[in-house]
Order: sequence, then C-alpha cells, then structure tokens
Amino acid sequence: MKHIKTLSGPTLKDSVKNCGCGECQTSCQSACKTSCTVANQSCQKK
Amino acid sequence: MIHKFKMFGTNIVVDVNSGSVHVFDEISFDILDFYEKLSKEQIVDKLSDKYDREEISEAVDEINDLAKKELLYCPDIYKDYMPLWDKKSVVKALCIHISHDCNLRCKYCFASTGDFGGSRTMMSPEIGKKAIDFLIKESGSRRNLELDFFGGEPLMNFDAVKIIIDYALSISEKYNKNFKFTITTNALLLKEEYKEYINKHIQNIVLSIDGREETNDRMRYRVDGTGSYKDIIGKIKDIADSRNQDNYYVRGTFTRENLDFSKDVLHLADEGFKQISVEPVVAAKDTGYDIREEDLPQLFKEYEELAHEYVKRDKEGNGFNFFHFMIDLDQGPCIAKRLSGCGSGHEYLSVTPDGDIYPCHQFVGMEEFKMGNVCEDSFERNKQNTFMKSNVYSKEECSACWAKFYCSGGCAANAYQFNNDINLPYKIGCELEKKRLECALWIKTQI
Repeated sequence: MKHIKTLSGPTLKDSVKNCGCGECQTSCQSACKTSCTVANQSCQKK
Repeated sequence: MIHKFKMFGTNIVVDVNSGSVHVFDEISFDILDFYEKLSKEQIVDKLSDKYDREEISEAVDEINDLAKKELLYCPDIYKDYMPLWDKKSVVKALCIHISHDCNLRCKYCFASTGDFGGSRTMMSPEIGKKAIDFLIKESGSRRNLELDFFGGEPLMNFDAVKIIIDYALSISEKYNKNFKFTITTNALLLKEEYKEYINKHIQNIVLSIDGREETNDRMRYRVDGTGSYKDIIGKIKDIADSRNQDNYYVRGTFTRENLDFSKDVLHLADEGFKQISVEPVVAAKDTGYDIREEDLPQLFKEYEELAHEYVKRDKEGNGFNFFHFMIDLDQGPCIAKRLSGCGSGHEYLSVTPDGDIYPCHQFVGMEEFKMGNVCEDSFERNKQNTFMKSNVYSKEECSACWAKFYCSGGCAANAYQFNNDINLPYKIGCELEKKRLECALWIKTQI
C-alpha cells in the first residue's frame, strides 16, 4: 500500500479462536497496583 | 470503531475491534474524517483543494480494502461471542498482606500509612498457609498461581514470607501448581541475607522509590519525618543489578506536587534502572496532592516528552522499559483477558493479616467489600460474581471508548473510590490511560 502502512494485524479478532485459558499473569501483580493496563501483559501460550 | 491521532508528525489509526494498528499518510488520515459519511466522489471533491484528485481516489481505495478485510471499521463481535460471564470463576492470584505495619509514613499511602485503617498487625505463618490452601482450593485446574507479598512493609515480617513460600513449594507438585512470587518493598530493611533469598525464590520484586531525592522525600518519609531516599537508593541499585536488571520494577508514584514527573522517571533511568514504573497517585479529592482535571494538559505533555526521550535513548542503545509504555501488539493478551481486566474480586483477591478476604488490596478495610475469611473457609460467591460481571460491556462509559480493550475497563477500586460504583470509571485515570496508550503506540511506530 502506498498511503497506509499496517503495523499490526487483527490480533484481537484472531485471539478469539484460542482464548481464555486464564494461565496468564494477573495484571495487577506485576508493577502497577493502582493503574490498570492489561494490554502490556503477555499471553502464556505464545 | 476507529481512533485516529497524530503524535510528533506520525498519523496513527487504531481499529478498536480488530486490534489492528496502522500508520496513515496525510491524505488517507484526512479522508477518515469523511469516510462512512460521504461517497468516494464527494470525498475527492471535498479534499481536492488540498490534494491531487488521483491520489485521494487511490487512498480511498486503500481504506476500502482495509475495511473489506475488517482491518478498519471491524464490527464488535465479542459481546455475543464470549459467554465469559457464565463460567465459574477461579482464583489465580492472591495479594498477601503479610504486614499491616510500615516503617515509612508516606503521605499519599492508600493503606493509611500501612495499617489500612485497622491496627498495625503482622500475618502469622499459619494464616499465610491457610491462604495458600484457599488459593489451591479455589484455583480449579489453573496451573500458574501468583502470590504477591504486600504491606505495609513485607520485610518487617520476612520470616513469615519464607515459611509461606516454603509451604507453597512443598505442596505445589501434589496439586500440580506452579507458584510465582512477587514482593513489594520500600527496601529500607533490605539486607544481604534477604536479597539472596529473594533472588533465589521470588520471581519479581517491586521496589518503591518515587524518583529524584526531593520528590521521594517529600512523600516517602519515616516515622520521625526524615526522608528515605539516601538509605534506599544504594540497596535498590544493588538488588536490581544482582538480578541482571531484569525481573524487578522500581515503582514510583507521582502527585500534583511533581507534575514534571518525567524528570523523576529519567532520574531513575539515569541511575541505571532498566525496569521502571511511575504512576499517578490515587488520592482523595482535595488532599492537595490529588491529580485534578486542570493538570491533565501538563501531564499529557510530560508523557509525550517522556515518550520522545524513551525512543531517543533506545536508539542510542541506552533504552529502558517504562511499564505503561510497554505494549505487545502481536503477542498481547487474548480477548477474554482483555474483557475481564485485572481480575480483582474474582481471579485476584487480597488476604489481610487476620485472614479476611477482599477484592483487592485497595478495598482492604472497606467492610462492605469483605468477602470472607481463609480461616473460616467462608467465601461470598455473590460478591465474586459481581466483580466477574464487571467488564468493558457492563460499563456504559467504556462502550464508546477506543481504549477499552487495552485497559479493560480500568481499576474497580478507583471507580469505587471516586464514583461509589465499580462500573463507573475514574475519569482522570481514563484520560491518563488513553494518553499513555497513544504514547505506547507511537513508540511502536518508532522502534
């Protein structure tokens, strides 16, 4: 594409196929304790 | 739904429902203002004063192509697709309040300087063991379980920490569990013997320091009023180095009294720390140091300047991680995780020195949120369900927000503290979160 560069694809949509195992880290346990960000956590399956 | 924003000359477009992120040139970025409202011909006419007609037409075609592939304007398929809230919740993480006492009297402490509004007590090893038993029982088939030793100041009761960890490890194989431990400390009591134990058994350590000496000591002082910076900086550096600058965070809080907090983050980076988290205070209104709406423009500027310096240092080979700028666009959490958020009140709970169970550390002491006690084997599932059902779809204000799948509806405790309702997000927190996310996305376009 000339006008648009795609940085990342439909990762959320793709994640539906194989999601919800729940083995990932609890967001609040890492560093924040007051201001929640979930998107910076990693998936344990990947 | 899309979100478009410009930062340092880069045009970034987020497709909220698919998770796609794109960088647009000027023409295509401008077209988005009219796309879905006007026809292709009308858009070409509208922008022909500014751009070449052929180029506009070409850019519209590219947007059409992405929309067709649902990489733009993707519909929200998750609400009906995920029967998430019908599942029985399991508990996978506990915040163990090993000490409700502290050797600091931090002005902004949400735990009322360590006692959480109660008496200054320590958790006994026996109650800690009961908490482990409770976690194992409530965790179902989940294998990875987390324990965070929290306070107050956990090093004031470190012998109990060791006994509880030994106990968890002694039964982990029997129950097929993999425990991961975190300890949060102000480092005042950190000594060689503790360091060795922590490095051997505890996967993550959160070290509290606010940044520059004057910033730190303004808020983080001892019972006698003297600041803590000089006593902790060396110890914190030492343990961070001993962990090869990994698997730890230096964790600070900024308040209205240091709105120039980027200088505090950079001070920590200049001191050699590679894992940094500095976050806005959550303080009651009118304490004097609470963040107010009028502070937002300055804070936005601070985040932008920090992002700029973050990229610069990374390119110079002197980068560091800033917790809220970290975002994994390819391997981040799945949609189920993004809907359920931090898990407070259902997957993640806090246990006090007396064994009382609360939705998270920030609810401790609020009697109406007490969920049971690990010693009495009592646990109120209706309260657990209330938290489980709180998600981006149950929060009206989140439905129209582009950041909902990144922050997952925000912090329930903040929402309750400010709006008396876990489903009514804390607005200032939302605005700061959105700004941090924009910076994080911009950083992804640069490095």
